Amino acid sequence: MDNNLKKYRLLGYFIIPFLAALLFKGLSNIPNESTTVISKEDGAFSNSNFSDEEINLVDFNFDVKPIISDKCYACHGPDEKARKANLRLDIEDGFYASLKDSESHFIVDRNNPNESEILKRINSEKIDYLMPPPDSNLKLSEKEKNILKKWIDQGGKWEKHWSYNKPKLSEIPSTIFEDWTSNEIDYFIAKNLELKGLEPSEMEKKEILLRRVSFDLIGLPPSIEQIDSFLLDKSENAYEKVVNKLLASDSYGERMASIWMDLARYGDSHGYQDDQERIMWPWRDWVIHAYNKNLPYDKFMKWQIAGDMLPNASKEQILASGFNRNHKITQEGGVIPEEYRVEYVADRTITTSTIMMGLTVECARCHSHKYDPVSQKEFFNLFSFFNNVDENGIIAYGDTAPKPNLTIKKGETESELSFVNLPDSINKVTLMVMKESENLRKTYVLNRGSYDAPTYEVEPGTPKIILPFDEKKYPKNRIGLTKWFFQKDNPLTSRVAVNRIWQQFFGVGIVSTPDDFGSQGSKPVNPELLDWLAYTYQNSDKWNTKKFIKRIVMSSTYRQSSKIKTENLVLDPDNTYLAQYPRQKLSAEMVRDNALASSGMLVKRIGGPSVKPMQPEGLWDEVTGGGGGSLAFYVPDTGENLYRRSLYTFWKRTVPPPSMMIFDAPTRDFCVTVRQKTSTPLQSLALMNDPQYLLAAETLSNKIFEESSLEIEDKIIKLYRSITARLPNNVELNKLIKYLEEVGNINNITEKEAFVSLAVLVYNLDETTQKS
Amino acid sequence: MEEIHKHFLNNNRRNFLKKAGLGIGGLALGTLMDPFNFGKNTDPFSSLGNKSLNLPHFAPKAKRIIYLFQSGGPSQLDLFDYKPKLTTMRGIDLPESIRKGQRLTGMTSGQSNFPLVNSLYSFNQYGESRAWVSELMPYIGKIADELCFVKSMHTEAINHDPAITFFQTGSQQPGRPSMGSWMSYGLGSLNNNLPSFVVLLSNGTGRPKGQPLYSRLWGNGFLSSLHQGVQFRSAKDPVLYLKNPDGVSPSERRKMLDYLAELNEEQEATFGDPEISSRIAQYEMAYRMQTSVPETMDISNEPDHILQMYGPNAQKPGTYAANCIQARRLIEKDVRFVQLYHMGWDQHENLPTQIKGQSSDVDQPTAALIMDLKQRGLLEDTLVVWGGEFGRTNYCQGKLTDMVYGRDHHPRSFTIFMAGAGVKPGFSYGETDDIGYNIVKDPVHVHDLQATILHQFGIDHTKMIYKHQGRRFRLTDVHGEVNKNLLI
Repeated sequence: MDNNLKKYRLLGYFIIPFLAALLFKGLSNIPNESTTVISKEDGAFSNSNFSDEEINLVDFNFDVKPIISDKCYACHGPDEKARKANLRLDIEDGFYASLKDSESHFIVDRNNPNESEILKRINSEKIDYLMPPPDSNLKLSEKEKNILKKWIDQGGKWEKHWSYNKPKLSEIPSTIFEDWTSNEIDYFIAKNLELKGLEPSEMEKKEILLRRVSFDLIGLPPSIEQIDSFLLDKSENAYEKVVNKLLASDSYGERMASIWMDLARYGDSHGYQDDQERIMWPWRDWVIHAYNKNLPYDKFMKWQIAGDMLPNASKEQILASGFNRNHKITQEGGVIPEEYRVEYVADRTITTSTIMMGLTVECARCHSHKYDPVSQKEFFNLFSFFNNVDENGIIAYGDTAPKPNLTIKKGETESELSFVNLPDSINKVTLMVMKESENLRKTYVLNRGSYDAPTYEVEPGTPKIILPFDEKKYPKNRIGLTKWFFQKDNPLTSRVAVNRIWQQFFGVGIVSTPDDFGSQGSKPVNPELLDWLAYTYQNSDKWNTKKFIKRIVMSSTYRQSSKIKTENLVLDPDNTYLAQYPRQKLSAEMVRDNALASSGMLVKRIGGPSVKPMQPEGLWDEVTGGGGGSLAFYVPDTGENLYRRSLYTFWKRTVPPPSMMIFDAPTRDFCVTVRQKTSTPLQSLALMNDPQYLLAAETLSNKIFEESSLEIEDKIIKLYRSITARLPNNVELNKLIKYLEEVGNINNITEKEAFVSLAVLVYNLDETTQKS
Repeated sequence: MEEIHKHFLNNNRRNFLKKAGLGIGGLALGTLMDPFNFGKNTDPFSSLGNKSLNLPHFAPKAKRIIYLFQSGGPSQLDLFDYKPKLTTMRGIDLPESIRKGQRLTGMTSGQSNFPLVNSLYSFNQYGESRAWVSELMPYIGKIADELCFVKSMHTEAINHDPAITFFQTGSQQPGRPSMGSWMSYGLGSLNNNLPSFVVLLSNGTGRPKGQPLYSRLWGNGFLSSLHQGVQFRSAKDPVLYLKNPDGVSPSERRKMLDYLAELNEEQEATFGDPEISSRIAQYEMAYRMQTSVPETMDISNEPDHILQMYGPNAQKPGTYAANCIQARRLIEKDVRFVQLYHMGWDQHENLPTQIKGQSSDVDQPTAALIMDLKQRGLLEDTLVVWGGEFGRTNYCQGKLTDMVYGRDHHPRSFTIFMAGAGVKPGFSYGETDDIGYNIVKDPVHVHDLQATILHQFGIDHTKMIYKHQGRRFRLTDVHGEVNKNLLI
């Protein structure tokens, strides 16, 4: 290994923590954690936000429920078929029940805590008495056992799951960091920091902040001119002016749409087997348009879920309903159509539930949910809302927009549907939309979720625990469903929505599992803030998304420095409490768009059919068996289409664009709410060697190199600023100068070529691919 | 003091791993991600992989695997499952009493009758094990005593996309991690220069317009993308973007990386972000791959007698034969999971001609691969699996003539074979009825096979789990049993 690297590693992994340890030597309450490096089998998320802390006052929802859910529900939860000993711990009665064979003994005995059966069971040494049973592969840690004991000692009070109570307008807390705050958000954040012994950070340097907010609001970096004008603007509201400008930019809609594409599982191909072309891009154009004209969130969702059913539905509203046709569709010869039609309906049910309720209802397709109170029947209640489309389970070969569909003609794109960017060469375009069949299809609960195992009939409905479906007020169809979602009392809709927006700006949601607000999901790290935001978005903002977003980016929480302070790294290594702005990787789209924009190559045309930029030869060919029609071989576009924003890159689901996949984009096979955040050598290779990035480096460096009025040092600075938006410090500048000299001495390359090499270097800097 | 120090050390490291999106440990693309294990050549079985899973659960027999996936569904009745009775019953309609309501694909569900059809090809018995192998696979016949045939495989899916997805991920619908990703997650990497899960593709000569593949088949699903399969291609760039651009010399690249590391360190000093070091490390891994991958892919040093072993296509890049040599070379470099796909087995019509070509693609190279591993002592701890996503029907699809017949998909019984790493050599397991429709003895489900493969790696398939969206997932879903009859 390289010496520098070794040195670095020592610094990062040994010396810093060591110093930190010294620093805190005096503190007496150093948690006594075992030295096992990692003890959870969890994937991305853990249930506990501050696991090392001793809990004194036990909260049922936050401390007890996650343990019971994770370790007990599999056999003692909502799923009646899996339930053992007729004991359920997901309801209040279950906890306080007496034992079957002894009426004077209770599961939880509030009068004689130590007599509680649950405590005896979890602490037993007898294998056939111990809970959870060893063969379940589940185990309670000592800490978890203590929490259960403490909870019962403290009265053993049961409470409804936190997210099923509707959000309240939390009181704004007071804080000693008041001087630091800019708006309400900051009070909640500051209070939390105060309680944890942390301090918020100073405001970020202007140029770094500008780059951050530009990427966040429009997905693109600022130009040097924009940076300069911001730096020169000394007025108090300079930043707010920038924010307003960005929110008003058409690129805002593109940025927001690129996030929505993951949730809406957008693709330009059907996704199964031969994976042929489909046409859905006019729907994508609508999404961009809807964001740009700031369609309120309730309408944004109502149109997507039920736009086709609205009274006198406009073509725009029908077009919006294409949302629920974005699922995969098969054309594989020989499949049983009903098997696949059921998949499509299930996909709509799951996607809509994930986006609107933040619940993983998928589990309830085959059996009643093991963790959340969604029964199998309730899954099929939801299912039946989406089960009434006149569609085919298997579509004809080459059908780009299987019925029901909508045709948009040239004239319409010049008036009502002006946001559909129909190319001049095309007179009309047909895409898939939703449409109710005239004869209502009956819905049955399917045994194990299987298309060929119908049991009893069910009607449209929603999970009772969240909010009863008022059949007197709401029609039992998708319109009624949207009304239910946006009924004032619905506890989930606003919380789930604001949490996703929060995640967009801070990398992690206040609930770090945006698709799971149920028992197995994470607890909100700042429940008061979550509720305040949810209540505000719904009530004062009236679902005005731009207004809501502006509040976030105007907060000090958002504007503070991303510099990590050593003491914070020790107290809050995950930056859960946001004592500094969390540095984040640019998304796949941003990485590429940054190269295009900073080099001046970006073609800023909005919408239209998806485009095929350069990608390595043969990627489609080598997996096609010969079918695939227009998508059998990848034929890159020419001209401007090579340099459009990544949002427009053609998405073939079985072979997604490598420049997106390598940087953690999902496959778009189904709804995804969080992208992975990885660092891999494949990313390094792409940034160093993908011809697209090389072309950007060459274009930018040649342009700057040829500016004869600039000295070489100025050229270097300009190059560096174009890519990173900031001035290099002296150390950095000296290194860049030295690199230019040294690389020029290799192979006798010209100064101009060396300057290209320098641009490649700067494009590969860590900072270039980060939102700092 | 020591304890406190450890605590912070661990805390920091946990944070680091979490932030790096690793979950907790297995490292397909970069052992470098783990600063504590990097560079230590201790026993890879204990030093890498997912510590919280306490792997291996027991002593493993296999360290590496080559999975030779035969995409499209090879006809077991024309290759390994010899049914002389079909000759006497040729043309007779398959009775419903045997079909027992088996759901049919749309390709034959409209057919008015289902005439049984025997293989046009003759079968011979080979070796001490007296295994029946078709004349289409003479080389495989010759190594029959190395092989463990499972003639009683069965699956649930009746179409390619769901069936192949099922084999690779344990679920018919896309979204779960591939078996190779699971192994990478659980066991980590055995080497520092190559990915631990490598994918090689080839197109068969059997059926020109065959079944496609999908990159999600080697996808990481909900696991970290560090565990995704990395495709090694026969194209100019064996790994995407591997080659330096024209005109960039290795020394220039090295210089760039040195400066890149220095500048990144400078940024680390500014931002204090410990993740930066992981990215420096990824660049170093990328740099090493630029040497290690072409080196592995370059077969110019392979002696003639080895190339001849693998047959006439051995030196033709992108063929199954060439990929078999690559597979062996990758295994020699301690890549854990090599996944080959060979397309073209979906022979609905004109099967006799198509299967002949297709068999000749794979017969000699497969046999050569197994024997080559054996002569290098690698077969002992390398598992080789050969098989498709389902079998084919014993009745004819389309018109039955003297020389021409076709076969539809058949999920109820089919044959695969394995070799090496503790599976019984010269062994045949399971039986179908005498017309090769139903299994009559010792059925093995796809999940059972998956459980058994994991078992050979020291993994209890019920314990290698990953929590996602609140639920614990595993390769075998909630099914599967290890079949110890197949094991030594």
